[in-house]
Amino acid sequence: MRPSKTTTFSRRAFLKSSALASGGMIIGFNLFNACKSEVELPIDLSQLNYNDFNAFIKISEEGKVTIFSPNPEIGQGVKTSMPMIIAEELEVAWGDVHVVQAPLDTKNYTRQMAGGSQSIRHGWEALRQTGATAKQMLVNAAAARWQVEASECTVKEGVISNSKGETLGYGDVVLEAAVLEVPEDVTLKDPKDFKIIGQGKGNVDIDKIITGKPLYGLDYKAEGMLYAAVLRPPAFGQVLESFDDSGARILPGVVDVITIGEKLRAYNDSGKKNWSMQMSSSDKVVVIGKTTWDAMKGLKAIKAHWKIESELESTEDHDKVLFDLLDGDSLKTRRSDGDINKAFAEADAVLERVYEAPFLPHNCLEPMNFYANVTPEKVHLVGPIQTPASAQKVVSELLERDIEDVHVEMTRMGGGFGRRLYGDFVYEAAEISNAVKKPIKMVSSRAHDMTTGVYRPATKYKIAASIKDGKLTGYHLKEACINGNMYGLIPNFFPAAAIENYQVDSANYKSNITTGAWRAPYTNFLASAEQSFFDELAEVLKIDRVRLHMDLLEKAKNNPEPNIEYSPERLQGVLKLVVEKSNWGNTKPGVYQGLSVYYCHNTHVAEVADITMENGVPNVVKVTCAVDCGIVVNPLGAMNQIKGGVLDGIGHAMYSDFGFNNGVPQSNNFNTFQLIRIGQTPKVDVHFIESNIDPTGLGEPTLPPVGAAVANAIYKATGKRLRKQPYMNNMNVSEKVLG
Amino acid sequence: MPTFNLKINNKTHTVEADMDTPLMWVLRDHLNLVGTKYGCGIGQCGACTIHLDGNAMRSCLVQVSQAEGMNITTIEGLSEHGDHPVQKAWKAIDVPQCGYCQAGQIMTAAAFLDKNPEPTESQIRNAMHGNICRCASYNSIEEAVKVASKNLS
Ligand code: FES
Ligand code: FES
Repeated sequence: MRPSKTTTFSRRAFLKSSALASGGMIIGFNLFNACKSEVELPIDLSQLNYNDFNAFIKISEEGKVTIFSPNPEIGQGVKTSMPMIIAEELEVAWGDVHVVQAPLDTKNYTRQMAGGSQSIRHGWEALRQTGATAKQMLVNAAAARWQVEASECTVKEGVISNSKGETLGYGDVVLEAAVLEVPEDVTLKDPKDFKIIGQGKGNVDIDKIITGKPLYGLDYKAEGMLYAAVLRPPAFGQVLESFDDSGARILPGVVDVITIGEKLRAYNDSGKKNWSMQMSSSDKVVVIGKTTWDAMKGLKAIKAHWKIESELESTEDHDKVLFDLLDGDSLKTRRSDGDINKAFAEADAVLERVYEAPFLPHNCLEPMNFYANVTPEKVHLVGPIQTPASAQKVVSELLERDIEDVHVEMTRMGGGFGRRLYGDFVYEAAEISNAVKKPIKMVSSRAHDMTTGVYRPATKYKIAASIKDGKLTGYHLKEACINGNMYGLIPNFFPAAAIENYQVDSANYKSNITTGAWRAPYTNFLASAEQSFFDELAEVLKIDRVRLHMDLLEKAKNNPEPNIEYSPERLQGVLKLVVEKSNWGNTKPGVYQGLSVYYCHNTHVAEVADITMENGVPNVVKVTCAVDCGIVVNPLGAMNQIKGGVLDGIGHAMYSDFGFNNGVPQSNNFNTFQLIRIGQTPKVDVHFIESNIDPTGLGEPTLPPVGAAVANAIYKATGKRLRKQPYMNNMNVSEKVLG
Repeated sequence: MPTFNLKINNKTHTVEADMDTPLMWVLRDHLNLVGTKYGCGIGQCGACTIHLDGNAMRSCLVQVSQAEGMNITTIEGLSEHGDHPVQKAWKAIDVPQCGYCQAGQIMTAAAFLDKNPEPTESQIRNAMHGNICRCASYNSIEEAVKVASKNLS
């Protein structure tokens, strides 16, 4: 079997232990780097620093285990699954484990990022090693006290036993264990002996969430804090010319009105800019208020004049340039196997289709916000950010401060979806506090959050297949996209290696509209395009849809091609499972099914959508989802993410549209931008492939395939192929029902 | 600025605010009851749902001046120990993902079940339709409302 892609954990000194002044034992470990040998562990809990370690385990003399982890939680459940892995190897009962969101000063705290479904995959081996090493030290301490061999001792739920039947709790030996040498070689458990991993564990913040305790950036408060609302250009391409703030200044809750932008511009022009998104060079008007409402109300009273700096683009312009790119000669080849030109020249039939998707805002339910307090001593930043280390760096350069003086704290996040990888709102908050010399919290209104975002770029694909003697001979995919193109690994996804003549080309158009990563970047729409295309292709080839896929994967298996990302075996596995579980092809009358199979973010997924037609409108009633994500660490958390991904994918494929008119976004709140609601959701029926392979992420991979599953089902119901998202905008009502 | 007396979670609070200030911001910024969330400010998402005299209302659409004299309940006051049947069901099903929408979901569900303790599936879907969950935890929300309904009856 072709091995799945994993990063192997290399054994190195990543862990240290010591006794705490207050009693108990502390173990610090680093998931990504070796600890420097001179690094000392603190002996006082209030001094835990995350410079050299990125998490700590404390074992008290009562045997209670506390895990301190500053890992940000954006809804992926890592805050629950990471401690589960440690507890498993440490051999303690889950009930004795307490997880504390670490005191958040993240000075020099690198590699802390939740994105790309990576957290579990990268941490898996290191977390297991940490738990196992700590256990071994405790066992060694007990063995020394008993004067027996450590190998004679066993552990169950934090109690060590020897062959004579004597027992010692972890708490009894922590002080001795803390000063022992850290063992180099520890044995990890056999996955079949897992007791915690694989059991559903609830969200560790559940009690706080259901009782409304402060958790999120928007909930954060500090002494003397004021609120800041920022007026940004209403259109991409505009910059501030002048403004009149007299209407705002007379309001009793307005404290000050300032402009910012100069620092960002200077930094931008300096050439050393350190952010991965383009940012408007405009000045922005900031209203400082006593409350959020005061600031927002003040902002409405500002009369601003804007001038045009660069072209004001509209959706029609984008459509035209993207179509031109698909047919033009600026396409760059990203991968090419065999000879696509020859295959198409010799073909006796060609199937060619175009697929289109709009821009999409992230719409995290918690709008962008950040706290900043810039003082001569330090720069204190608190809020929901997925990339604290880079925010720290940019702010230190922006304000020309020592990086040591910049402290970033992370809060729980009300959704991420990629938006909080970008630190624009952190830089704004820092610039504002620096100007007013007060602690402030910048809060975006929903309208500003939606209209000054970092969007999933509008994209078009043209896919063509060459057919000769009734057989598929070539596959040619072209991508035209705003600002960027699919990342380097994607051309090595299916159907690479499954078709002899295969080529992927891409081209982009540079726009002044800010774009960036959106849950499952690029594949979020590419999967819809590709898996709809294969449905049409099977029809043209007169082959059963499942058969076509199985055969192609069989070819990939027999093709000794090292540079492919997916595992054909694992894709076949999920396909078989979904066919079985969905009752594929044997539905009740009036129920229509569509299939989609996809690999991305290291996880293999197959989905079948069941739809019914009600008054000419498709209604997705059920989605069966087969997932191969290796070992399932926390089934409860995994279920939540898988179902969420599927429903999110249906919502955006069916309902969500986001156009521009002269640079102005055409939706600014949830009355005009449609997000999926409960009445539009099917039941998601999830099945896992049983596996002993290291776990892969689940935040993203179930979203991309579902659009095609739905579109393919709608085709069966109506005879209409949907190739443009959102599908519901592009279903002509009169064509809806075939009968 | 005018002052208002508000009865929130069985306690009276006096606040000074502009008459048109949405109750949501008074709760969050003046009274530090931050469990009530801001999502849209226009009554579309339900993140700010509270109870006014037992009815689920969008606190972003209620002006502070309109709330005087009413019994206001927020997520913080739904139960004393976080053990309202709806909260218990939310915990049992482990509904939250990012969790941001959930206080609003719970408040909507609690008011709904109070009036209709044994709803049908489609009544549940109708009742919860006004609350957006951007993480799309909808399957679990539906299940949790059913569990809460069972525990109530
Ligand atoms: S904030 Fe009130 S409904 Fe969205
Ligand atoms: S759990 Fe994230 S918005 Fe509902």
